[in-house]
Amino acid sequence: MTVTTTAPVSTTDAAPGTPPGPGSSARPARPARNLWLHTERYALLIAWLVVIIAFSVTLPTTFFTVGNLQNVLGSQAVLLILALGLLFPLTAGEFDLSVASTLSMSSMTVAVLNAQLGVPLLPSLAAALAVGLAVGLLNGVLVVVFKIDSFIVTLGSATVMLGLVQWMSNSSSVTGIDSALVQATVGYRGILGMPLQFFFGLLIAVIILVILTSTPIGRRLLFVGRGRQVAELSGLNVNRLRIGAFVGSGLVASIAGIVYAGSLGGADPSSGQSFLLPAFAACYLGATAIVPGRFNAVGTFIAVFFLFTGVVGLQMLGAQSYVQQLFYGGALIVAVALSQAIRRQSAKAHK
Amino acid sequence: MIPATSALAERTQQTDAPLLKIENLSKTFGGLTALSHVDLDVHPGQIHGLLGENGSGKSTLIKILSGFYTPDAGARAWLRGTPISLPIQPGYFRRLGISFVHQDLGLVPELSVVENLRISNIVAGSGPLINWKKEQALAAETFARFGLDIDPRETVDRLGDTDRALIAILRAVSELGDHRALLVLDEPTVFLPKEDTDLLFRVVKELVADGGMSALLVSHDMTEVLEHTDRVTVLRAGEVQAHLETATTTDEQLVRLIVGRSLRPAKQAVDLSTAAATHHAGAVARVDNLVTGHVDGLSFDVAAGEIVGLTGLAGSGFEDALAGIYGAHTATGQLTVRGTRTDIKDASPRSSLKAGIVYVPADRKTQGGVGELTVEQNITLPVIHRFRTWFGLNARGLSRRAEEIAESYDIRPRDPQALFSTLSGGNQQKAVLGKWLQDDPQLILLQEPTQGVDIGARSIIFDLLRSTAAGGVPIICASSDYDQLAAVCDRVIVLAHGRPHAELTGALLTHEAIAASVITSLTESPVLPKESVS
Repeated sequence: MTVTTTAPVSTTDAAPGTPPGPGSSARPARPARNLWLHTERYALLIAWLVVIIAFSVTLPTTFFTVGNLQNVLGSQAVLLILALGLLFPLTAGEFDLSVASTLSMSSMTVAVLNAQLGVPLLPSLAAALAVGLAVGLLNGVLVVVFKIDSFIVTLGSATVMLGLVQWMSNSSSVTGIDSALVQATVGYRGILGMPLQFFFGLLIAVIILVILTSTPIGRRLLFVGRGRQVAELSGLNVNRLRIGAFVGSGLVASIAGIVYAGSLGGADPSSGQSFLLPAFAACYLGATAIVPGRFNAVGTFIAVFFLFTGVVGLQMLGAQSYVQQLFYGGALIVAVALSQAIRRQSAKAHK
Repeated sequence: MIPATSALAERTQQTDAPLLKIENLSKTFGGLTALSHVDLDVHPGQIHGLLGENGSGKSTLIKILSGFYTPDAGARAWLRGTPISLPIQPGYFRRLGISFVHQDLGLVPELSVVENLRISNIVAGSGPLINWKKEQALAAETFARFGLDIDPRETVDRLGDTDRALIAILRAVSELGDHRALLVLDEPTVFLPKEDTDLLFRVVKELVADGGMSALLVSHDMTEVLEHTDRVTVLRAGEVQAHLETATTTDEQLVRLIVGRSLRPAKQAVDLSTAAATHHAGAVARVDNLVTGHVDGLSFDVAAGEIVGLTGLAGSGFEDALAGIYGAHTATGQLTVRGTRTDIKDASPRSSLKAGIVYVPADRKTQGGVGELTVEQNITLPVIHRFRTWFGLNARGLSRRAEEIAESYDIRPRDPQALFSTLSGGNQQKAVLGKWLQDDPQLILLQEPTQGVDIGARSIIFDLLRSTAAGGVPIICASSDYDQLAAVCDRVIVLAHGRPHAELTGALLTHEAIAASVITSLTESPVLPKESVS
């Protein structure tokens, strides 16, 4: 088995359990490759535009409206933030299957503390962030210190957290969170008629874009994911970087949880799980675009909205809500298949 | 094809005829000749040694036998008098009665002994059910017959190297069933201590004697061949130098055949096998009592601007020393660089780099650089923190640095944005050297610095190393490439059994003298390759 398999537990020595890597990165080195690369780079963006145009033509009165644009852009902040956080472990060659549970736990922490126990909003939010940090740290330490595959560790921690959330909430929804949080996420629509959560998502996308592309840490994470032995021999503190990647995804997942709590005005013990697969689908699909072959923030951003545009359009055409699962699940498989094709293509180009 | 007659009948019929006969075997790769008109007779019931340096054609010959390579037209071969059609179809060797034990042994460490022994039956799917009780009993019986103390239920990763090698050999023979003819041992003993090698060959002798088969032992180690074979064939540069009866062969005769020159004793070489480590005035780097991998107590020093080579047979420890010193592998000992003494036990690549010690690994693909990233990204990784600004990374500074290195190390194409994997081996190695040498190192550790590198790049790299050393930096170079050691080193230390064995300087820094010293490094009283005489 090689790293190019999609099996979660691979037997490669360099990085056990490496996520099915996206294809090789390909910065233009030869003019001959530029055209292909540019098409590849913007293919997802073009696909998104094609989908928008197709639905606009078929559904001029419902789909092609300002209201729908605001809905599509404004409603995906939770998924976007969650997927962006996932970029840290994926870049470092690790899986984090616990992000959706962290989101649930974070939103439930806010709801229980603020709505049920009457703790003021800000300390409740701080507690939620602390939960995310702690979960990430625990995941990272288990993976690094006990040398357990991240796939297994985070599958376990995800399930443990689900249990904790059920216990915290008595298995029922909790409502009545401070309306300030609701206002700050979905209530206030003063800017372009968009909820503030969209701008939070945008801000986090920019921050993560900068961290991954323009800081030594981002560069080092890339080497940890792509060539663990090279990273070790180059004196990088590989273990600390791997732990840091989990802490990053845990923290960002807890931010997603806070936004989720705000958008619901409460918390629900189970619905957070439905974000897990779309988040992975967005990351892998995003890795086929902009910097093809590399998990990247801009690609992920486009992928989130591309996927949701498709879902909204299909539902407006009369598809049942299950189309969402078909669409996201299919997109994940197609994205991984595409990135393998890119990897093979560029491997061939380099021979 | 295996004749229908029983193996036993055949044996009695054809005791005098060679079991394996090869005539006029040649193999060229492009314009390069790997084997040239090789003849070989392996007699039944014998252990036949195949001796030669790296690149002498031993492994090409073995790979033709296993069907991996197609020989040039004109070659002929017989097994028990029956012509074999060449090339041998891949995987067909087993049906001919030939089995291979390679240096890596091919065992699955996580599985039990008996599972490993039966692995080919399992793959072939001999029946719906495997009777493990019966298999265990069979294995136990086999071990008992050879006087071996191995529990068939033990997992292989809990066994020592010797037991693993024995299991691989017993498996190779048992896979042949009744059609056993030739057991090819491709350096299976390099990691074993002397006593264990003896045990292993006792088992091989019994197998050969009682199974009507022969063994072909491929080796670098002259001593092993002299002690354990009946006949020996020496290859040099793809040609047979001699076929000899081992009993009437001397080690000096073999050295001359392998290396191509006669060597007679002189005074320059230092026998380190009994001496304590020599310390030189002006040494700026010093290793004391290094223990790591196969290294078992190595001390030496390096003067400012000196290039010291480490070499030896596979398993002698020379391959493990540098990663140990650098802290990439578990190791103990002390390292002193310019008066600062550190405990190697606490070293890590990180701490070593901070102290100015750099390690250039042999494996460019998995250790030197990441092929999917650009040359610039690879080159600047160790210094990336210096290019941090408040506005992210200083992209222009990074690309200027990469361009400078590409220029001064002559990396082609001169395009730091090219992917590392698109570079040729030689240019990858120049990039890796640039990556490590950019930061004024205090001590440079090089592992096989020109492996898989073309001749042009090789001489550029040699010049580079010499000019770096001339700047006063001590360099240690571990290599099995004797030409390279002769070309760049001021002094070469030959290791044996993890310890220093001999030290060569001055006129002894020739391919032949180093090779002779290495080949004889396991003899009881070293035949030191001293002044070479053509």
